[in-house]
Amino acid sequence: MAEAALPARLPRLGAATWIVALAVFLAFAVLGAAAFPWAFEMPRAWHVPFAAWFGGFVKWLLNDASFGLFTFAGLTRFIAAALELPYRIVLGILSTGWPAAGLPPLPWFGVIGLAGVLGHRAGGWPLAALVAACLGFIALFGFWDSAMLTLASIVIAVPIGIAGGLALGLLAHRVPWFARAIAPVLDLMQTIPVFAYLVPILILFGFGPVAAIVATLTYAMPPMVRVTMLALARVPAEIVDLGRMVGCSRRQMTWRVMVPAARDALMVGANQVIMLSLNMVIIASMIGAGGLGFDVLSALRRLDFGAGLEAGFSIVALAIALDRLGQGLARLRSAPPTGGSWAARHPHLLAGLAVVLLSGAAALAWPGARAFPEAWQLSTGDFWSRVMREINVTYFDTLEAIKTTLLVNVMIPVKRFLLGLPWLGVAALLAFAGWRLRGAGLAALAGGLTVLIALTGLWEQAMTTVYLCGFAVAFAMLIGLPIGILAAERDWLWSGVRAVIDTLQTLPSFVYLMPAVMLFRVGDFTAMLAVIAFAVVPAIRYTVLGLRGVDPRIVEAGRAMGCTRRQILWRIRFRLAMPEIMLGLNQTIMFALSMLVITALVGTRDLGQEVYIALTKADAGRGLVAGLNVAFIAIIADRLIQAGAARMRARLGLEGAASGPAA
Amino acid sequence: MQVKTGHPRPTARLVCRNVWKLFGNRPKAWLERHGPSPSAEALAAAGMVAAVRGVDLEVREGEIFVIMGLSGSGKSTLVRCLSRLVEPSGGEILYEGRDLLSMSEAEIMQIRRHKMGMVFQHFALLPHMSVLENVAFPLEVQGVARGERDERARRMIALVGLEGREAAFPRELSGGQQQRVGIARSLAADPELWFLDEPFSALDPLIRREMQVEFLRLQRMLHKTIVFITHDFDEAIRLADRIAIMKDGMIEQIGTPEEIVLSPATPYVTEFTGAVPRAKVVRLATVMVPAEGPAPARHLPADATVAEAAPAFRAGADRIGVTDAEGRLVGQVHRDAVVDLMLGG
Repeated sequence: MAEAALPARLPRLGAATWIVALAVFLAFAVLGAAAFPWAFEMPRAWHVPFAAWFGGFVKWLLNDASFGLFTFAGLTRFIAAALELPYRIVLGILSTGWPAAGLPPLPWFGVIGLAGVLGHRAGGWPLAALVAACLGFIALFGFWDSAMLTLASIVIAVPIGIAGGLALGLLAHRVPWFARAIAPVLDLMQTIPVFAYLVPILILFGFGPVAAIVATLTYAMPPMVRVTMLALARVPAEIVDLGRMVGCSRRQMTWRVMVPAARDALMVGANQVIMLSLNMVIIASMIGAGGLGFDVLSALRRLDFGAGLEAGFSIVALAIALDRLGQGLARLRSAPPTGGSWAARHPHLLAGLAVVLLSGAAALAWPGARAFPEAWQLSTGDFWSRVMREINVTYFDTLEAIKTTLLVNVMIPVKRFLLGLPWLGVAALLAFAGWRLRGAGLAALAGGLTVLIALTGLWEQAMTTVYLCGFAVAFAMLIGLPIGILAAERDWLWSGVRAVIDTLQTLPSFVYLMPAVMLFRVGDFTAMLAVIAFAVVPAIRYTVLGLRGVDPRIVEAGRAMGCTRRQILWRIRFRLAMPEIMLGLNQTIMFALSMLVITALVGTRDLGQEVYIALTKADAGRGLVAGLNVAFIAIIADRLIQAGAARMRARLGLEGAASGPAA
Repeated sequence: MQVKTGHPRPTARLVCRNVWKLFGNRPKAWLERHGPSPSAEALAAAGMVAAVRGVDLEVREGEIFVIMGLSGSGKSTLVRCLSRLVEPSGGEILYEGRDLLSMSEAEIMQIRRHKMGMVFQHFALLPHMSVLENVAFPLEVQGVARGERDERARRMIALVGLEGREAAFPRELSGGQQQRVGIARSLAADPELWFLDEPFSALDPLIRREMQVEFLRLQRMLHKTIVFITHDFDEAIRLADRIAIMKDGMIEQIGTPEEIVLSPATPYVTEFTGAVPRAKVVRLATVMVPAEGPAPARHLPADATVAEAAPAFRAGADRIGVTDAEGRLVGQVHRDAVVDLMLGG
């Protein structure tokens, strides 16, 4: 759908065959209903009860599964205990203290001081100031206690996520069959909506912070595995040769050569783990993590936009502090031991200890100092609520008119059309696209997954998802492309736009829902707006990256030939940036699908709703099947677009030059 | 340029016999089935791509053996076969009388640690280590204690003229300096075999020239057995004791620069030699005639090139004497012979 927004001439892919295929498809869709009713609505008898099977499997895991020496339930209990212990310790330090022993938690100024010392060690005074300011912001808006709960689970989840992802990535790099086995699992993990595996985790680990940490790990680890594999594969061949030539053992090769040489790329992965863990914070609060996520969620339920925004920005502040600290620490080199006393060599350790002891003593002596004084706290909640009310009162009719017009004239007809399409025809058309773009393998994948969706009996919900996602993506591209084109040519604009989209990306997705709900109430239109706001980020980012990434020598050649600015943009930059923009489209679709599940909270009727219902009913099978369907849609879209982009790259002679970074 | 005219032939240190490297489906087994030297047609029919085809060569003790070829000629693959960074599909590689290809991974690791050093085209410095740590890295891998390895690394850094930069990081150095670090590192473990894979190709022409001079200076001090890869024929002529010219995975010709320039074996070799000024390659030993008449006023060693001898004639001398390594008069060169050679190209 979004292709319509791309004005440059698309490469010809045997246009005639496409037209014929589309015509056949449409003719079948319009005329075939009478002759082949089963191709339009799959008979109930054909549906495969995947949900019941999955549900049964999870039950079996919980009750009967055994590995000989221990049962599966025993294993999950062991994992839970292994996570619980460090979590309790960190939580005790940051939040609860140990009342039984009479020990208070570290007071707010102690935590900020400690973070400042760490920041100074990792990046000097500027970083210390930044980290302290971020935490100060949280305290100022009164989210300190929640933030410490969240921080405790992050402090546990992030190192495990990074170490586990690194370990799996290293294993995949060393053992080719493991890499082949893990690739489809990673694909699924990154496309299944989080809600879908919340239920099994809930069943296996019970309600509470440990289940939330497990869910966070499940969500945040796959990108680290993928980044690790990619980073190791990209270590220059000469460096590998060097390691072998000086006679490195396997261990030396890994830890002295490969991992350090891939460090920059690995840092990107670590950053992803931090960001995704914080993204997960809200969703994890649904299964008992509490903390900032719970604040956002309850603000959403109360429709208190201001409070939600503040809690959301507190999450962003935490994300920035953790990310910068992590990057700074990773950039540190092990300084060679210099002379001087032990104290002179470890100033930061000493300062940290001093902060802990002094603030701890202060907290013991004056219990009143433990919490951030309420009188100092700020809130902008009222202001935002007033703004919203103001907009609603003044522009209610206009907003309502916009919504109704769009819904009645555009969205609903398209929805009807899509819901009326035969599953068999859609499967055939997608298989045809796969065959034209790459070959029989892709055709089988696209067609097969489509049929599988139909077999689960969720065809209607799936098409509703496609419809919502399609609209959101089309609008996101319509907004993102012009902004991207404008920003690509102007440095000042791009630095501004980048700051905004970086913030948008770290802002938890739930926050987008609130203004949309407050202005347009619940329904498809609201959901679509929230999805657009979330998915416009990759549309802009990839457009700019693509346009800016065009080889400057080619642009120079164009200028030398006397091209006007406009000609350079449309005839040179845009053509060459097409593959990158296609990847942007791909990412936009992925973002939109992940957001769609969340918009189930505002009453859509798509697969997201199915997942959400399953979550509230703790029905593991139903949630997983609906989640897998979302993943299938994502995989079909992803593979078709990747194939198209690859063809385009080959045509432009850019083979292998551009490859999509994991976003 | 260090041809020791009249000396006994030095012993071969590294010998290749019929070395093959094929890419395709199970190349080793295929090569065993299809005899020691399959034809190009047989290779094509089996879908095999040959990077190295039946290479025979020997590298002698203390010589600079240059393998020269254009990109895709298989020279980099061949040098990696010599250290088994690339596993050859067939043939023998003998070092100290033992076949490297039949060694276990642990044995070859010991050989690489103690007997081989390698310099890479793009330097292959580890970005997270300082110059000192990079140079000490081969020793660290061997488990040499910190004090000793730092001391040896410092000596190597001084040897390549980078004193004072020990604490710098690779990214802070120019290309030429980075390759000096690469050279120092490859020498840190005091290897006997020294592989250099296009070490100066990524450098600017002036720096390249400077590094070539530096390289010859080091070799005069160290007397390593060297395999030097290059795509630059002039560089090969300037540095080599002997040159092997490669094309399509095969050796076209092996010989001293003089032999190759004066009698190219194939039309392909002729294409390179055509543009080379002979005076810079041909040595006095080749153009001298038996000494007769009164002793000439000036003498030059037999391994000097004609171009080096030319200034001696400027004073008006008609002939100069040629001496061997011990300084004995072995012949003389006439002005006419020199002029002919220089004008003839």
